[in-house]
Amino acid sequence: MASTAIHDSAAHHDHGHHHETFLTKYIFSQDHKMIAKQFLITGIVMGVIAMILSVLFRLQLGWPDKSFPILETFLGKWAEGGRIKPDFYLALVTIHGTMMVFFVLTAGLSGTFSNLLIPLQLGARDMASPFINMLSYWFFFLACVIMMGSFFVESGPASAGWTIYPPLSALPKAIAGSGLGMTLWLVSMTLFVASSLMGALNYISTVLNMRTKGMDLWRMPLTIWAFFLTAIVGVLSFPVLVSAVVLLIFDRSFGTSFYLSDIVVQGQVLPNQGGSPILWEHLFWFLGHPEVYIVLMPALGITSEVIATNSRKPIFGYHAMVYSLIGITVLSFIVWGHHMFVTGMNPFLGGVFMITTLIIAVPSAVKTFNYLATLWRGNIRFTPAMMFAIGLVSFFISGGLTGIFLGNAALDINLHDTYFVVAHFHLVMGSASIFGMLCGVYHWYPKMFGRMMDEKLGYLHFWLTFIGAYLVFFPMHFMGLDGVPRRYYAFTEFEFMKEWLSVNAFISWAAIIAALAQVAFLWNFFYSMFYGKKAPQNPWESNTMEWTTPVEHLHGNWPGEIPTVYRWPYDYSKPGHDKDFIPQTTPLSQTMSSNLPHDFEGNVEAEKIQAQWKSEVKPSAAKKKA
Amino acid sequence: MSTTVSPLDRVKTGAWNGGKSPFDVEYGKIMMWFFLLSDAFTFSAFLIYYGAQRFSKLTWPDPDVVFQSIPGIADHGYPLVFVGIMTFILIMSSVTMVLAVEAGHRNAKKEVVNWMIWTIVGGLMFLGCQALEWTHLHHEGYWWGSFPASYTGVDTIGALQFANLFFTITGFHGFHVFTGVLINIIILSMTLAGVFEKRGSYLMVEKVGLYWHFVDLVWVFVFTFFYLV
Repeated sequence: MASTAIHDSAAHHDHGHHHETFLTKYIFSQDHKMIAKQFLITGIVMGVIAMILSVLFRLQLGWPDKSFPILETFLGKWAEGGRIKPDFYLALVTIHGTMMVFFVLTAGLSGTFSNLLIPLQLGARDMASPFINMLSYWFFFLACVIMMGSFFVESGPASAGWTIYPPLSALPKAIAGSGLGMTLWLVSMTLFVASSLMGALNYISTVLNMRTKGMDLWRMPLTIWAFFLTAIVGVLSFPVLVSAVVLLIFDRSFGTSFYLSDIVVQGQVLPNQGGSPILWEHLFWFLGHPEVYIVLMPALGITSEVIATNSRKPIFGYHAMVYSLIGITVLSFIVWGHHMFVTGMNPFLGGVFMITTLIIAVPSAVKTFNYLATLWRGNIRFTPAMMFAIGLVSFFISGGLTGIFLGNAALDINLHDTYFVVAHFHLVMGSASIFGMLCGVYHWYPKMFGRMMDEKLGYLHFWLTFIGAYLVFFPMHFMGLDGVPRRYYAFTEFEFMKEWLSVNAFISWAAIIAALAQVAFLWNFFYSMFYGKKAPQNPWESNTMEWTTPVEHLHGNWPGEIPTVYRWPYDYSKPGHDKDFIPQTTPLSQTMSSNLPHDFEGNVEAEKIQAQWKSEVKPSAAKKKA
Repeated sequence: MSTTVSPLDRVKTGAWNGGKSPFDVEYGKIMMWFFLLSDAFTFSAFLIYYGAQRFSKLTWPDPDVVFQSIPGIADHGYPLVFVGIMTFILIMSSVTMVLAVEAGHRNAKKEVVNWMIWTIVGGLMFLGCQALEWTHLHHEGYWWGSFPASYTGVDTIGALQFANLFFTITGFHGFHVFTGVLINIIILSMTLAGVFEKRGSYLMVEKVGLYWHFVDLVWVFVFTFFYLV
């Protein structure tokens, strides 16, 4: 297949270089590097919008009795008298969740780094199908536009929560947000599923077909393993959301009752009979839970790479890391019931889902301990990317531990739908994944834009965000344990919740400060794009193949033939070598002083030559020669 | 590149060692297979939903009673005859698709055109039959959200859900057939325009063939669940 790839890029060269216009280069680009940047910038824009939404509802939660006249200036009737309306509050949390989960952490994360790194780290000229890759971005873009468009509808955006449970989502007249806003949500998500499917098919076929010579599966960087498995999870889980959404559309517009039964609206009995919202939950969470891993796994892959590079050590337990990713992939499909423990599920079935859920702690713990073991006695370089990688590990631990509580069917009776859940998933998949994404941005920024980001601003961004995230989410555990429910508009009406008002104000302050900290990132990101220090070819002294390409981007990635790969990507600080890294493309014949017998993977002839060389050269000379 | 490679740097040449496709399959075909896997999950979700509904209802309309007309010939008395004809047509169109793919392997353009036309005709006939059947059922009182007043089963909600599911799922399948026909027409015109002849490979016909067979296979399941069980 390499021949096809080369042929493709050659064909591009003919058309590309001579009349590449602004339109073909920056807008309808078919180059994976440009598409990655498009995904990233769209993802960042969506992330900022979703973050602003969260600040808005934090204002409401922190100061439920206070009026903010400026809100009315901007939001008009949604904040009459300077107070956010309950309807709009629900819309805010719904769209915040949807955008963060799907647009930022799925498309923004996978879309950016799978597109950028799969061809570059595997030694391919481009994606398997550059055209479908372009379509994937434009479907995503359209999905974003439509989702944003729902803010300009009179009845407001969808408001049934990001899980859009029926009947709120199935009856257009249920609440304001169930009308046109909900329809737009469904249209947007349909486009998004198409986008993610096209992306995933591309990632899978590129990983399978277009690895360069010598790049067998066990020489792939963990990033690629993570993107590959993420794509598989996406291909198998999103289609189930499609069926769920199709049935929902029929319920909304064609008078069916797939999710509806025994409903009375304003004293009127609806004719819908026989359906069940629980069935929606099953279909939704069959996507919804794997989606959590779609969000998390790329972040874990990026972190593995960054931690190994900046610890100047091989990743601890490479094979275990891959097998744990595979384990998570498989398990992610058989745990969805833990979102439904309290829906009247048969306790035996709840027990089954509890066991599968708790088993996920095993591969997760393997990954955590491997990160720690990689850091252990490493020659650590605290680059901003490394800080964010370590931050991810921290969130993964503190958020993961509460997963063990929540995965327990009995405890979940108390904890479900409280702030404990909010705290749990915002740490383990929200903060952890966004840190993985930021870690990737800081690490591969030189590859994407040919310039370096400012380190000092990076540290400022890291510390404010890291501390801010903990200050926001940690207190929520205690609120949840006390029974404070999520999704409520205000906690002023119930006596036992009133003591949490001051905590809510504190959380809101922390959220506002953490949000302001993102300005440091945004400034750094856009300023460095034009005025940053020019990047050297391999700024982090990394082993992977993307750093063997020229800093200036070119179609087809490598000017000449694609390099061959001779070793795994984690030869950091290998004893006997004079540098603390050996790129994957360095042949074994150039590293005689550090070769080990198993490096030859059973090539007996090579082992003999190596042994002979060892016996001829004294150890002291060996150091000089290499 | 130097022609002498040190034995130390010899790269393995196994199927999975990189530099080639492990299955020796072109990327588009891999994408098609994974797409079909994905689509299979969509239909599985529908059919599992169907099962969940059906087993939770006391009674369910008897297919032998519901589907016993042959539009234009007899209003009742021929259970499952018409759907049998439909199924036969769709399976035959899969056969003609196989023949088109096979002709493509021999680069026999005329035969590819010939068999593609038959496949398209088969697809259109199936869709026509489906339209007739839907019209008939609609006439009887089945539709989204409604079922005939003459339904005699104990659990009328079963009849309601049968109607909802029948039109949604066969409709979704029919939509797949429809897109398949469209794609077949595109492929046919590309063949006629000599695109594949110039390319020297009719692989595209094969990829579209995969989709067509898949749609056929899905029908076998839909048919089994709605008409036989």
